[in-house]
Amino acid sequence: MSAPAGPLPRWIEIGVMPVVNLLLALIVTGLIVLAIGENPFAAIGAMASGAFGDLYGIGYTFYYATDFIFTGLAVIVAFHAGLFNIGGEGQAYIGGLGVGIVALTFDHSMATWPIIGLAILAAAAFGAGWAFIPAYLQAKRGSHIVITTIMFNLLAATLMNYLLVHVFRVMGSMENTSRDFADTAGIPLVNDLLGKIGIDMPQTPLNLSFAWALICCVGVWAYLWRSRGGYELRATGLAPRAAQYAGIRPDRIVIEAMLISGALAGFVGLNEILGYHRQLLLDFVAGAGFTGIAVALMGRNHPVGVVLASILFGALYQGGGELAFEMPRVTRDMIVVMQGLVILFSGALAYMNRPLIERLWHLHQGSRTRAGAFAAPVAPVAAPAPPLLPTQEVPSPVTTIPSIEPLAEVPPPEPEPAPAPIVRSPEPPAAAAQPSPPSPAASSPRPLPEPIELVEAELVEPLEPIPDGVNPQKAAKPPRKARGRRKSPKEGA
Amino acid sequence: MDKQTTPPDPGAVPAVELPAVELPAVELIGIDKRFGTVHANRNVSLKIARGSIHGIVGENGAGKSTLMSILYGFYEADAGEIRINGRPTRIRNSKDAIQAGIGMVHQHFMLVDPFTVIENVMLGAESGLLIRSSAAKAHAEIDRLARDYGLTVDPDAIVGDLPVGEQQRVEILKALYRHCEILILDEPTGVLTPQETDQLFQILRALKERGVTVILITHKLREIMAVTDQVTVMRHGEVVAERKTAQTNREELAMLMVGRKVRLAPEHARARPGAPALQVEHLGLIDAFGVKRLDDINFSVREGEILGIAGVSGNGQSELLEVLAGIRRPTSGVVRVLGREVTPSRPLGPAQMRRLGVAHVPEDRHRLGLVTGFPAWESAILGYQRDRKYGFGPVMNNRAAQRDCARMMQAFDVRPPQPALGSSKLSGGNQQKLILAREMARAPKVLLVGQPTRGVDIGAIEFIHSQIAAMRDEGSAVLLVSVELDEILALADRVVVMFQGRIVGETTRELADERKLGLWMANAQADPAVDAPDRPEPLVGAPVMSLGEALLKARAKADPSKRGPRP
Repeated sequence: MSAPAGPLPRWIEIGVMPVVNLLLALIVTGLIVLAIGENPFAAIGAMASGAFGDLYGIGYTFYYATDFIFTGLAVIVAFHAGLFNIGGEGQAYIGGLGVGIVALTFDHSMATWPIIGLAILAAAAFGAGWAFIPAYLQAKRGSHIVITTIMFNLLAATLMNYLLVHVFRVMGSMENTSRDFADTAGIPLVNDLLGKIGIDMPQTPLNLSFAWALICCVGVWAYLWRSRGGYELRATGLAPRAAQYAGIRPDRIVIEAMLISGALAGFVGLNEILGYHRQLLLDFVAGAGFTGIAVALMGRNHPVGVVLASILFGALYQGGGELAFEMPRVTRDMIVVMQGLVILFSGALAYMNRPLIERLWHLHQGSRTRAGAFAAPVAPVAAPAPPLLPTQEVPSPVTTIPSIEPLAEVPPPEPEPAPAPIVRSPEPPAAAAQPSPPSPAASSPRPLPEPIELVEAELVEPLEPIPDGVNPQKAAKPPRKARGRRKSPKEGA
Repeated sequence: MDKQTTPPDPGAVPAVELPAVELPAVELIGIDKRFGTVHANRNVSLKIARGSIHGIVGENGAGKSTLMSILYGFYEADAGEIRINGRPTRIRNSKDAIQAGIGMVHQHFMLVDPFTVIENVMLGAESGLLIRSSAAKAHAEIDRLARDYGLTVDPDAIVGDLPVGEQQRVEILKALYRHCEILILDEPTGVLTPQETDQLFQILRALKERGVTVILITHKLREIMAVTDQVTVMRHGEVVAERKTAQTNREELAMLMVGRKVRLAPEHARARPGAPALQVEHLGLIDAFGVKRLDDINFSVREGEILGIAGVSGNGQSELLEVLAGIRRPTSGVVRVLGREVTPSRPLGPAQMRRLGVAHVPEDRHRLGLVTGFPAWESAILGYQRDRKYGFGPVMNNRAAQRDCARMMQAFDVRPPQPALGSSKLSGGNQQKLILAREMARAPKVLLVGQPTRGVDIGAIEFIHSQIAAMRDEGSAVLLVSVELDEILALADRVVVMFQGRIVGETTRELADERKLGLWMANAQADPAVDAPDRPEPLVGAPVMSLGEALLKARAKADPSKRGPRP
């Protein structure tokens, strides 16, 4: 809002545009719900109340959001260095392995907090280690990081399969899980903590990893915008040649960024393994790594945006499950469609409405400046300064023509008018520059609890203790553990 | 629109006196265009006579390119009318423009490099489904145009292999092939040597003789004086003056453009050189593809002296600067800089060079000099981000950097002086001033400067030149690389000329003149004859071949990927 240079003030860019995109996604979703013969308002109501209606829903929403914050942060750190880390999934998986090893090794010999401390270190080290190899290959050998990180997702999955079947599996058990951790190894659950101060909250998987996620957000922000390392990282991402000119070594930055990114992704293991499952198991990441890409896109590559987008996606997962439960005709696949639409509108099509919003804003601006002229008759007196005054020549669009050099390299058949980019997107958040490939990948979301398998899951193992006073319907939901055991659909992809 | 047409009342007066043939080829009436808050064109009215060469001058941001973009259909004007040959014409896109007989040669060529000349010329104007028949037709047509206008170029050559001057001819051919009667050239000489520029002007004169109307956008006054009939001066989006070229002069035009008196060739004090600060011996660079970029370079720059390096761009100057700045590692030779020896086995990186006292104003300010995605203050510490004064340990002190940036902006008159403004929102001249401020702020002992005024407007050029001269007077050793001979001649105390990675001539300012340097730049003499770079006064032998031939040869030999304004 400070400078007249930008065509849209920041609050519209950050505040209004995502909301408009989200509304569009909801409208299209509503039409689809209508098409299958349900009431869209009731459906959205059910989703909203499922996600935020009570402490139970909120707990689950924020528990899901925790994973997304970690993976979203992982994506933005890499992104600011100009790297596209698709490998959050694998890094999170291996991070969880580190957490599991710490817990299985020390759960009988150490207290809770030291274990948590070690687990944080292990999650970071394992995640970063898994990211290091693609980073090294990119920095020193030029292997494209997108390809290598995708491959490393597959490698991580295979490695974990092997380890769980051959190394961690309990003798004689049919399940591919490690033994349960002892009680000392676990991140305190939020409902337990609230219970201690007298607030009654039903049991949810939400644990203190969420607080750690928020701390990580602050850390990432401070690193990127308040440290020399972050400066160098962003310089490399925005202008690699300029960074080189400034004495910054790009290969070092690539490795540094990927290590941080991998460590952040690895923290998913804290939330899942030490926070909730409390045993090492298969597929606990369940697509969070890919959702992180959508979250980063929607969050405009800023930690605050990532938190907000994560909560939204958490709500979609939780509320979607609830909706499938309450409206039988809205199947699990419908929920996936909905999530896909949100990703589509807020990620891939994020700038579709920009021209419209821009025009509306300028109309509004125009009417206001005319009003302003009336309000301040003093202005014209100051105005007739000689045209030589410096202010006059300031940010004319034509002045930046030389900056649009890419034209020379990629001659388009219909030449782009040079100054136009300034008007359209003065400084598009880095997300805009990306051709936004993630949406296809990201739209393979984590599987939701399937009501159909509910009975089976219930039979196979005892439910976790359900506190009294919980809505019996909700309590009958499949325990989250069931999720991990099944093959996630993305595995085949 | 109705409001706009009444005041100028253009057609009436000439229509009475002159026959209908004399209708102007292009008439713009009350053109107005805004981009958001920026008023790029204010009520611009302009008449361009048929069969004339009409210059439009103005500083960067004066609105001349916007005006031509409106004429060529990139933008639609918010208000105003365009008349082509007296007929009101609506131009909504470049297709309309082509239909109206308007052609445009852009500053950055719009050519498909891997295609042949014919294919490029036909592109978008193919007749029929089969390429072969249109190609035959195009071939005949190109031959005819080449004969008529002296636009000689091999129709079957791959465009990417052609020198820049010939690529430009292909652009002109493209326009003529589409039967253009009005040709707009946007800063056509930015990438040409003086001799190539002369050739271009000959072509323009030939076009004019055949009745083509030429509109020449430039900020180089010398060219305006050399080739135009009429000149329009723009400033801040408005037409401030119309002159017959014969009745004006460079000083007047410069004053009209800038709005105040400008010293076009300021006199700088004589150099008082001291001890050598930068010595280069047998420096060589072979790139990853095995191409020799630098070949046995020898020179030295003393304290308090400016050494100018002239040459057609792409002949190794960029590589030389990068090697000296530590960005590239040489493959042979020695650089002695401020008492340190840099060799292939013991290179110094850019950060170490900076610490040593070597500052570098890079040739490509958009890609090297600053980070366009950063606010100005972040760009203002680029390269010095590890300085103690900008923070403590790993923590960056943004406040200190912003304060420093504000100080730099004030000292170097960067407008607007807002450190929070995006680097890309500053005009070219102001970006350059910011970079100079940053690099000069630490009183470097060696200053490497590449193309300091490329794309910079006149007012800023004057300032930048005086700052560089001031650095020299304070005892810095300055190495100035420029493709603008005027600049070299205005600033440098000694001049060397580079050709294909070698130094082919060296002289002093007093003995240098444009013709001599131009011949060296094209390496017009027999190759071995001048291959004695350290000789203070090289022989000026008679050219063995014609200038044009030599230039073509020079261009062809220069690496195609390294040509033009992109480094």
